[in-house]
This record gives sequence, structure tokens and C-alpha cells, in this order.
Amino acid sequence: MNNAMEDATILTGNNAAAHALRQVKVGVVAAYPITPQSPVVEKIAEFINEGKLNARFVKVESEHSALAVCVAASATGSRVGTATSAHGLELMYEMLPWTSGNRLPIIINLATRSLGAPWSVWTDHSDFITIRDVGWIQFMCEDNQEIYDTNLQAFKIAEDHRVNLPVIVGYDGYILSHTMMPVVLEDQKDVDDFLPPLKHHINLSDISQVKGIDPVTTPHTRDRGSEGRVPGYFEYRYALQKALENSIEIIQEVHDDFANKFGRSYGNGLFKTAEFDDADIIIFAMGSVASQARVVLNKLRDKGLKVGLVSLKLFRPYPAKQLRELLKDKKTIVVFDRDIGYGYEGVLCYELKSALYGLKESPFIKGFIVGLGGRDVTNEQLIEGVNRALNQQKTEEISQNTEFLGLKLEELNDYDEATFFKEVK
Amino acid sequence: MTNVKKDYQKILGSVQKPVKGEAGKTGSWSSKKPVIDLDKCIPVKSGKFSCFNCWLYCPDAVITRTIPPTIDLEYCKGCGICTEECPVKAISMEEVKIDE
Amino acid sequence: MDLPEEEYIYPGTRACAGCSMALIYRIALKALGPKTIITVPASCLTVLHGMQGFCTTKVSVLHTPFATTGASASGIVASLEDKGLDQDINVVAFAGDGGTVDIGIQSLSGAAERGTNFIYACYDNEAYMNTGVQRSGSTPPGAFSTTTPGGKVGYKKNMPKIMEAHGIPYVATAIASYPLDLYEKFSRAKDMYGPKYIHILAPCPPGWGYLPSNSIEIGRLAVQTGFWPLYEVIDGKFILSRDSKRCLDSSKRKPIEEYIKVQKRFKSVSTEQIENYKAYIKDLWEGIKSRIKEE
Repeated sequence: MNNAMEDATILTGNNAAAHALRQVKVGVVAAYPITPQSPVVEKIAEFINEGKLNARFVKVESEHSALAVCVAASATGSRVGTATSAHGLELMYEMLPWTSGNRLPIIINLATRSLGAPWSVWTDHSDFITIRDVGWIQFMCEDNQEIYDTNLQAFKIAEDHRVNLPVIVGYDGYILSHTMMPVVLEDQKDVDDFLPPLKHHINLSDISQVKGIDPVTTPHTRDRGSEGRVPGYFEYRYALQKALENSIEIIQEVHDDFANKFGRSYGNGLFKTAEFDDADIIIFAMGSVASQARVVLNKLRDKGLKVGLVSLKLFRPYPAKQLRELLKDKKTIVVFDRDIGYGYEGVLCYELKSALYGLKESPFIKGFIVGLGGRDVTNEQLIEGVNRALNQQKTEEISQNTEFLGLKLEELNDYDEATFFKEVK
Repeated sequence: MTNVKKDYQKILGSVQKPVKGEAGKTGSWSSKKPVIDLDKCIPVKSGKFSCFNCWLYCPDAVITRTIPPTIDLEYCKGCGICTEECPVKAISMEEVKIDE
Repeated sequence: MDLPEEEYIYPGTRACAGCSMALIYRIALKALGPKTIITVPASCLTVLHGMQGFCTTKVSVLHTPFATTGASASGIVASLEDKGLDQDINVVAFAGDGGTVDIGIQSLSGAAERGTNFIYACYDNEAYMNTGVQRSGSTPPGAFSTTTPGGKVGYKKNMPKIMEAHGIPYVATAIASYPLDLYEKFSRAKDMYGPKYIHILAPCPPGWGYLPSNSIEIGRLAVQTGFWPLYEVIDGKFILSRDSKRCLDSSKRKPIEEYIKVQKRFKSVSTEQIENYKAYIKDLWEGIKSRIKEE
């Protein structure tokens, strides 16, 4: 086990992910370049070229094909990982429920990036949240060590016979993907010890057992007497949902095993807290927003506000029970979303509200939208948000309107698309 | 940690194992069935392993490559390809009474 | 008659009575043998394999979304290579014309360009038959489909030529009406390394509008009129198949009307369109003649 920072390598987030994929000894990688994930793919190609990774790298012609190759390779029995961002993930979308529905333990590293239109290469969490309903486990990381550690844990969780689910490991594009931080890379034999070889439940490569995989499945169960009785679509999807719900137990188990073995932990594996116990006011966020929020806690405490932080690590399955237990006695929760569930509120905000539904005395919850398209999330915005929330709580104003922090509308009084194209005399 | 599998842990992805007659007894698709006139059938007449066009062209492989060829009427869909491809027109489609 | 006895498809599948695709698949599997993994996109063939729980083949099949066939085959091959099993197991993709020339063309092109060691077989019933006879890029001019009720305007995409342009080691055309030729082509492809593409015309009784018993004869007419030439291109070298050699002599080609008039899908074909077909076949065979001369 590597302990001290002296043993750390200085790595970008992308490279941390690539090193993790190398050390878990993926058998097949299929990936397509997209900003800001491309260096992951390049690094893997470099590892293979240098003989450091013995994997087949299928250099596909699109992300849709990337996940299709991953699905087929996993079903054939190989350990599979890949990486993408934003529109790459959206192009894979058709294959996402296919992966979870077939219960394939595939890991995708997601360097988060805004969705167009308009075109943007900068980070926000919109790509990460758009795929929340298709049955994948989703983690969000705050630093590069966490990216590496979460990848190692993700494979172990995904391949657990009680789980068999695909996993997304998210991390902010540029902020983490391209920023160098110290990362401790563990010894290969310790990684091998932590993550045993894959025992795939499908494994088409064993042709002694003929299997049809993923045929048309009717609404009904099917009974062929002595030949057997099989589930209908409804039962298969019930099993997927229950496996997801149940995976929280295994996620915490693997997190604790990792902490025991390697000496690094991330809260309870579901969320991390800071200045929590005596706090009345909680800032709730994930990823880059949470790491920015850590900086304002003392600033707000200096003003006499007892503020703490909950940084969500496990986004799916949503740890509703655990969050409810954690937050039920807090007075105010200020949620900062680097995303919007368009047509409603920030996703973290309304999902938290729903998890805390039904409490006799529920905390006052207020959400803000920050940092879309890579707009910097600043201390000023976070402090402003906390103050506004407290004011609205005083007047008991509960609003479902989204409030944005960090807009520059006041600079844009002269902009009108209707007149924009007219020549300036 | 109990080792007993929960109900949902026994169900993963939708999978299949091979069976005969997956679509049921497809012989019920047609009341007309092929009948081979053994007096005309080439391998029967010559006693030699020959012709077997009916076996070759059957899309559902319900005709055996034997002397004489036999047709599995439980699964024959009555398409009639064998009647067309028999070079000596030894096969004809006939109305067959369907067992209740 | 010389084909091996062993069957790899159980009787009692959901294929239509007289389905030529069912015969194609039956013959192909005889050539490929039991050490085969098949990948199939959304298509009529999906249905032939059966619904949940129970399948109809003695080889493993992976079912995938429509656009993914080439990618899926690439994934199976990559995994087998990773495990050192790729020399022992054939990986064969079987897709319809829609899943090949339209929605599947990107992933097929990628798989071919990467030199993936697999066979890609396109069974071409010239429309989206599984969803109810909508036109595809492979529908021939003048043919009825539910989305071209007045007959398709435009041409039939020449997919074998597109695959030739990828420079892959083996491209072939085939049809179930000549089963020995079909069997030989799959056998030859199986023993080659790299991407192999076989395009098989598949007459369809409900889609083309003829009685199921005529599936073999209609396919034979496609070849004998010269409309569907049987050939191989092995490492760039063009080889006309034995059963198509007659058509080199234009006087020995059956008139195209014989093929067209027995299919209800061509009922609204005009005299002008028939002349177009005649010109097309004439040009096609002039081209074949010059290719043979060049070899």
C-alpha cells in the first residue's frame, strides 16, 4: 500500500482514469476521441504500444459503435472499459439501457462537458445527469485521486455477482480532466488482490453452452412445461431496479474494503461531509461545485453562519434513505446544481426535495443553478446563494422557479438577436 | 451476509436456450401438406443416394435425407417449395385432416 | 446434395412459410459449423431466433440494436482475441438489407476498415420486411413498398461494390436458389482472414408478392435474367461464379420481364422502367465482361 505523498505521481484526471484502466487489466477498450476525454484514449493506446497493457483497443468510428463494441466484448466475456464526454455519451444513449438491461459490468469514464446547442467544450454536469434514468450506477469525483480510486472500486462493484451493473465514473472536464494533481498509484499486485479476475455471467466465448442473448421479450412470462418457465420484460426490469437499489450495500462494502486496504476513504462511499455535525445550514452539491464550496465554509462561519457541506458521490442509485437520515434535522439546505432538469429545477435540488418528502419538519430547501457551459463557480456566487436562501426561508417563500447565479445579463442590454445581424453604421 | 439468493438476483438479462418448435407446432400453419409419390421419387426408384432436392431446398429442414425421404408434418409449414423443386414432380400438396 | 447432414436450426421457427432467408441461414450454418458465434441486429432473423427463454439454433447468438452489427462483431472478435480464442471460433454477422446498406453502413464500414476478422452476411429481401415492407436503400427501382406505394424512384445501392472499395479480402454475391454455390462461398470465407462480405439476395413471399412455393424459382430467375450476378472478388480479383456464366452471352439471358411480371411488387412498373432495367443489365454485364478480360 502506498501511503505518503512522496509516492504520488503527478497526473491529470484523464491520465488517472487511464492508469486505473491499465491496472484493472481491461481486456477490451473501444473508444472514440472527444474533447475533453481524448487524452484517456491516447494514453491507453500509448500503454498498449509500450506493452504496459495487454488489451484489444478497437478504434471505433463513433461513440454509438464504441458502446456497441463494449457490449459485445463484455457479453463474450471480457473486462471492458471506455471513456467519453457530452455528445459522445448522448450518441451512445441507445446502447445505455441495452447495457444495463443485459446486466453487463462495463465502466465508462465521463469527463463532463456541456451539451450543445450552443457548442461548448467546457464543463457542467448536464451530460452526467441526462442519463440518470437508464439503469447505470453513477459516481461523481472531486479530485484525481478519487477518479483513480473510484475506477478500481467501480470494477469490483460492477462485477459483483449480486450487482452485475454498468458504472459511470464522472469528473469535471478541464477542471479535473486536464489539471495535474498528485495521485498515488497502487502496486499492481495490490490491485490484483483487490480485484479478482472477471467471472462473467454470459461469457459467449464458452461455446460449449449455446446461449441466445437478449431476444425479443414479450410482456408475459413464458411457460414451456418441462423445458422451463421464463420471465417477461416486466420481471427483467424489476430485477434491474432491485439490483440497483441493493447495490448501495455493496458499494459501501467495497468502499470500506478499499479504505481498509489502501487507507483512503470518501465519506461513507455515498457522500462526503465537511463541517457537518454542528451545522444548521447545509450546502449540497457534487463534483467541482462541492470542491468550490469547501472553500466558502469558513468564510460563512466567520460571518456567524454555521454552514456545512454534503458532497454527493453516489448519484445513482440515489441514496435517498441515507440522505433522509443524514439531513432530516438540518434547518436549511442550499443546493447548487451545475445542471438543469430543463422544464423543472436543478436535478440535485428536486431529487433531494423528493427524498425528504413526508418529514414532519422538513428542512427548507432552496436550489440555484450555477456554472453552466463552464462559467466559473465563484465564492461570491455560493455566498450569495446561501444568503438568498436564508432570506427566503425567513419569509417562508417556497419557489420552484429556477434561480441562476453568475449570469451577466446586465452587460447584455444591447444584445437583441433580431437586430444583431444588421450592419453597424 | 446470507447466501440465499433473493428473487431478483436469479434474474439477470433476457437469455435463451435451444429448443425444437420454438414457435409451437408450425405444422398447424397449413392444412395442405406435401405427399411424396414413392413410385416417382428418384432415390427410392434407384436405391441410390441421389437427388434429395426436397431435403436441400426445405427452408425449415423438416425433410430427411433418407430413402425414402420423410416429412415431419408436425413442423412442415406447407410452403410447397419441395413440390416445385422436385425434378420429377413426385411431390404434391394435399389437404390433410387436422387432428383435433 | 453434397452438403453435410447436420442441421443447426431446429424446426418450428417463426420464419414465414417459404422464407428464403431461413434457407440461407440453414445452408450458411452448415458451412460455418458449431464453433460459431452469430450477431444479429433488429431484422426478420431476430424473429427466427425466437422470443425470450427459448431459441432455435445450435450456435450462440447475440441480439443487438439496429445500427450496431459491424461494431458488435468487432466486439466479439476483440474479446476472443483477448482470450486467445479467435483462431477457434468463427464470428459471423447476419443482417438484413436495411441493417446493412442504410442504418448499419457506418458500423460495417468501420469494422471493414479496421480489418476485423469476421464474416458479414447481408440477406437482402430488398425492403424493411420485418416492420412491414418499407423501402430501403436496397429496394430496386419501381418496386412497391409501403413508403413508396407508387414504386421506388432511384436506384438500388450497390453494396458489394461499396465493400469492394474497402479493399477487404473477400466480397461475394449469392442466393439460396443456388445452395451449393452459397455453401462454397461461406466455406471459402470461413478459411480466410480479415473482413469477408457476402451479399445474398433473399426473395420474400409476402414482401415481393408471390406464392411461398416459388421462392427458389424467383431467385433462379433473378440470376438467369442477369439481374443478380453471382461472383466473388478475392483479394481484388473478380471471379464470375459458375451458375452465372451463362449470362455472359446476352442471348442466353432470360428476359427481365419474366422476373418482374411474377412479383406483385412490380405491378406498377412502366414500360420505360422495364427499358431502364434492360439497359441496366446490359451495362452490368458489359462491365463484368471487361473485368474478366482484365484479369
